[in-house]
Amino acid sequence: MVATTPVSEAKIGAPWWLRLPVVSHLRMSSGLQRGMLIAGLALTALLLLTALFAPLIAPFDFAQNADATGAFPRQSAPDDKFIWGTTVSGYDVFSRTMYGARTAVWVIVAAVLMSIFLGVFLGLVSGYLGGWFDRVMVVLNDAIYAFPSLLLAIVMSIVISQGQSSLFGGIMAAAISITVVFIPQYYRVVRAEVIRLKAEPFVESAQVIGASGWRVMFTHLLRNATRTLPLIFTLNASEALLTLAGLGFLGFGIEPTAASEWGFDLNRAMSDATSGIWWTGLFPGLAIVMTVLGLTLVGESMNDLNDPRLRRISRRKAKRMIQMGTKA
Amino acid sequence: MSPTDAGTGKVLEVSELSIDFVTDSGAVPAVKGVDFSVKAGEILAIVGESGSGKSVTARTALGIMAENGAARGAVYLQGQNMLTASGAQLRAARGRDVSMVFQEPSTALNPVYTVGWQIMEGIRAHTRMSKKEARSRVIEAMGQVGIPDPERRVDYYPHQFSGGQKQRVVIAAALAMKPSLIVADEPTTALDVTVQAEILALLREVRDELGTAIVIITHNMGVVADIADRVIVMNKGLVVEQAAATTLFENPGQDYTRSLLAAVPHLGRNSASEGLTERPHAQSKVLVEAKDLYIHYPGRLGAPGFTAVDEVSFRIHAGEVYGLVGESGSGKTTIGRTIAGLNRMTAGSLQVLGYEMAEFKERSFKPLRQDIGFVFQDPAASFNPQLTIGECVAEPLNVHRELTPRATRDKVAALLESVQLPSSYAGRYPHELSGGQRQRASLARALALDPKLLIADEPTSALDVSVQAKVLELFKQLQQEHGFAALFISHDLAVVDMLASWVGVLLRGKLVEEGLGSAVLSAPKNPYTQRLIASLPVPDPREQAKRRALIEELNRNS
Repeated sequence: MVATTPVSEAKIGAPWWLRLPVVSHLRMSSGLQRGMLIAGLALTALLLLTALFAPLIAPFDFAQNADATGAFPRQSAPDDKFIWGTTVSGYDVFSRTMYGARTAVWVIVAAVLMSIFLGVFLGLVSGYLGGWFDRVMVVLNDAIYAFPSLLLAIVMSIVISQGQSSLFGGIMAAAISITVVFIPQYYRVVRAEVIRLKAEPFVESAQVIGASGWRVMFTHLLRNATRTLPLIFTLNASEALLTLAGLGFLGFGIEPTAASEWGFDLNRAMSDATSGIWWTGLFPGLAIVMTVLGLTLVGESMNDLNDPRLRRISRRKAKRMIQMGTKA
Repeated sequence: MSPTDAGTGKVLEVSELSIDFVTDSGAVPAVKGVDFSVKAGEILAIVGESGSGKSVTARTALGIMAENGAARGAVYLQGQNMLTASGAQLRAARGRDVSMVFQEPSTALNPVYTVGWQIMEGIRAHTRMSKKEARSRVIEAMGQVGIPDPERRVDYYPHQFSGGQKQRVVIAAALAMKPSLIVADEPTTALDVTVQAEILALLREVRDELGTAIVIITHNMGVVADIADRVIVMNKGLVVEQAAATTLFENPGQDYTRSLLAAVPHLGRNSASEGLTERPHAQSKVLVEAKDLYIHYPGRLGAPGFTAVDEVSFRIHAGEVYGLVGESGSGKTTIGRTIAGLNRMTAGSLQVLGYEMAEFKERSFKPLRQDIGFVFQDPAASFNPQLTIGECVAEPLNVHRELTPRATRDKVAALLESVQLPSSYAGRYPHELSGGQRQRASLARALALDPKLLIADEPTSALDVSVQAKVLELFKQLQQEHGFAALFISHDLAVVDMLASWVGVLLRGKLVEEGLGSAVLSAPKNPYTQRLIASLPVPDPREQAKRRALIEELNRNS
C-alpha cells in the first residue's frame, strides 16, 4: 500500500510550499542524510547565484584581455588584480570561471528541459499503447544507448552547428546533443512506470468507465509515472554538465569569445600544467567538481529520502518523537 | 533461565509490552501495555482487525522488530528476555526455541533453492551434523507434515508444489528443530478454504504429537473457533479480552468482542434467498447471457496455455444479484472482467446488454460502458492517488455526460451522501480515507451513471469484518433502491449467500453447480461444493467441531 500512496500523511496539512519536492525532502530528513542534502543544496545555490550575479562578481568580462591601463599580462600568477591569475590568452581566470557558471546553467536547463518533455511524452505513449510503435521506439532508444554518449554528442554538435559557434548556437548545439543522449533515460523510466501502472486497478477502473486513451494517459498515468523525475533530473543535470565539459575539452564547445566554458578552459590549461602553471586548470576544474558534487548530493539524498526503507531517522530525532508521543 | 518459568510450563511470557513506531508524522503507539502468557502444548489465537497490533506483539517473541520500532516491557521466551537479547542470543533462540510460519508461503520460500536445502539451512545453523544426517532429518520433517513421497520431493523446488503444500514445507522448516513455540502469522489467509482446513488440521496434529505451543495470529473468527484453546482479542494496541475459546464465543465479556462476533458473516444466516423456492426475476429481461463461454490464455513459446473458463453458460436477469463463488484460479474474476470488456473471450458466445462480446471493439462497446459499473477488490489501488475523491467519483460523469462544473459537483455530493459519506469528503485524497470509506466511494463511482449492471469483484475481501458487514449492508440497500442487476464475485460463501439469490459455483473454469443460494449452500449436490461448504469454518467452536468431523469423512470418501 505504501507504494500507491506517494504523499505521506504528514505532508497533507502543510501549506503548498512545504510540499514542494526539495522542501519536503529537507523537512523529513535527519542526521547525516540531512547534512548531505544541505551540503548539496548549498553548492547548487552557490552555482545558481554565481550564474545570476556573474557580471557583478566578476571584475572583468569573460572575453576581456585588456583594459584602460593596457593589455593584461599572460599566464600571470594570482595577485591583487587578477586574484586567480590569467590564462595564456590574457583572460582573467576568476572572471571566466564566474561567467562559466552561466553557460553551465543555460546548457543544463535547456538540455534537461528538452529531453524531459520529449522523453516523458514518448515513454507515456509508447508504454500505454504498446504494439509496433512501442517496439520501434524501444529498438531506437536501445540503439542510442549502444553509442558512447560523448561520441554521439560530438556527432550531434557537428551536425547541428557545423563547427561554428555563437553564444546561442553553441549553447543549443551542446544542449541538443545532450538531449539526444538523455531522451532514452527519461523514456525508459517513464515507459517502465507506465507499463507497471497500466495493470493497476485505478487505470482499469478508468477504462471500464469508458475514458479515452488520451484521458487515461494524461489524467491518470502522467502524474503517477513522473514521481521519480525530480531525482533523475538532478542526476542528469550533473551528467549534462560533464558532457558539456567533455565537449568543450575536446574542442567542440563554445568559442572563448562567445561565452566562457569550463571544459574549454581546461583544454587550454593542459599545456600549462606541465610548465607549473596550476591556476589556469585548477579553478575551472574545481568549479566542475563542485557543481557536479552539489547536484549529485541533492539527487542522491532525494533518492534515499523518497524510499522509506532507505530513509533514516536519527537516534536523537526518534527519541524526541517518542517523548512527544507519550506526553500527548 | 529462571527455574520458576520451567516449573509452571510457561513457554512465552509477555509483560507490560509497549511498542512505538517512529514515522514522519511523529511517534505512533502500536501496542500499549500488553500482558499474556502461553503454556506448553497450548494453541493461543490473537485476533484483531488490521492495525490492532496483533502481529507486532507476536513477532517480539522472536525478537523481530521493524527498524523504526521501540519496545518497552519484557518478552520472556523460555526465561530469556527477547527484547534485550543480543544478536547472537537471538540467532541461537530462533529455530531452536521458537520459529515462525508466514502468511504467504510462495514468498516465504526462496525460489532458487530446493525445499530440502531450505529446511536443512535451519538445522545446520544450530547443530553440527553431516549433510546426510541433516537430509534424513529433513525427510522425516516433510513426512511429518504430510507431504507424500518426501524422499523424492526433498529435491524439488518451491514452484513444483501447490500453495497448500508450500505452506506445509514452511511448517516443516519451522518444525525442523522441534521448537517449543511456533508463531504463525495469518498462516491460512492466502490459502483457499479447502486448503485452509487441511493446514489447520496439520497445526492441530503438530500440537497433539509434539506438544508444541502455537501462537496463531488471525482476523478470521472461523479459524479461531476451529483451532484455538484460548483467545486474546486485541483492539488499537490493547488486549480487550482474554478467555478460553468456548467461553469467548458463547459468552463474550466485552462489547467490542460481541460486535466483532456479530459482524462475522455466518453461513445460513441472513440468506438473501431465504424462503424462496424458485428463481426471482426469472421473467425479467436477460442482461447477460453466456453460452459455452470459453476463455483461454495462450502459453509462451510452445508451453501449453491455460484455460481459465471452460464452456460456462449462465444468465443474469435485470434486477437480480448473481453470486459467483469459487476458489483462486477458478476463473470467477476472468468472467467478471470479460463482461466488463477488460479481457477478451476465446470462443462461445457472451451477450452483454445485447452486445456480442465475441466481436468486441472498444469503439462500438464504449456507449454501453455507462450502463456497466465495476467495483474492484482493493479499494486502495482502485483510485488514482493524485486525484481527490470528488474528481474520481465525477470521472464517469465527465466522460459520458456534459454537465456544468456546478451540476457535476452537486451530483457528486448527492452520490457521496447516497453511500453514507459526508459530501465534504469530495475534497479529500484517497489515502485520507479508511478502507471501508474508500470502498463506499468506489460504489458511488460505479453507480454515478445509474448502471443497469454492476460487477463487484471481491469488493469486501480486503476489508476487516466489522467494516465488511457495513459495506455489505450498504450494497444490499443500494441494490434494493436502484434495482440494478449485479454480478457478485467472491470466494466467501457466507458473504455471497447474504447478497445473492442465485448462486453459481466454479471449479477450475467449469460451472459445477447453480441454483438458489439457500438451496446450494444447505444441500449441495456436487461433491466439490459439499467439500467447499464443509471446509468453511464457522465462528462457533462446538458447531465447528461437528463440521470438522464431516470434512474428515468427506476426505476419506473421496
